[in-house]
Amino acid sequence: MSVKMSSRQVGDVTVVDATGRITLGEGASVFRDVIRDLAAKGNKKILVNLADVSYIDSSGIGEMVSSFTTVTNHGGQLKLLSLTKRVKDLLQITKLYTVFEVFEDEASAVRSFA
Amino acid sequence: MAERELLLESTLDSVEVAETAVLDAAREIGFHEDDLHQLGMAVRESMVNAVVHGNRYNARKKVHLSVTKAEDRLTIVIADEGDGFDVSTVPDPLAEDNLLRQSGRGLLLIRAFVDEFQVLPGQPRGTEVRMVKYLAKAS
Repeated sequence: MSVKMSSRQVGDVTVVDATGRITLGEGASVFRDVIRDLAAKGNKKILVNLADVSYIDSSGIGEMVSSFTTVTNHGGQLKLLSLTKRVKDLLQITKLYTVFEVFEDEASAVRSFA
Repeated sequence: MAERELLLESTLDSVEVAETAVLDAAREIGFHEDDLHQLGMAVRESMVNAVVHGNRYNARKKVHLSVTKAEDRLTIVIADEGDGFDVSTVPDPLAEDNLLRQSGRGLLLIRAFVDEFQVLPGQPRGTEVRMVKYLAKAS
């Protein structure tokens, strides 16, 4: 299964719920397209919920980094919510925990954008 | 020792085929879920390198997969028929200046997820990646 993404508003924060696998091919491109579209439409506070993402490969990580840059270049912020242990491990291995702000619960994450 | 060899097309479908073959062998000798995940990831990254960067999706080129089961370890060899590459030219993805690069993390992940990892010149050409994961070191 590739990734499925849906977005919802919590105040002025756009929460993107991702489900499935973010891997080379469809998964990574869907992730990129959804975030780029949100950024292009002026969404500046984007919180990506990865609680139901079971697998990310290096291409998926690359798209996450690229999306982070895209949102930042549009004057916004992209943060991550509810990582599984495996995804946390990936961010540790790749040192990307120094790039992404990561939150365990949605309320704290939403407040952090204020 | 039991060895299985597969000759795979240079397509992304082959990534799935290779992962399944390796994970089937790993389960047979008793690797647990977290190690299976790590092995699967190492195989996927190596296969993507072989298909995309090595053979460049060339339909005339194949990817050679060999999976060897021993009592305490699984040895995986993935060889492409590309032009070969020098690992030392790959930028360090952990360097501050490279953290925001979109690509270049595959080898880092492979190294993290297997116990032994070698990149060798293929015979007669291409690149051969050899990976070993030990059951005894499984958590």
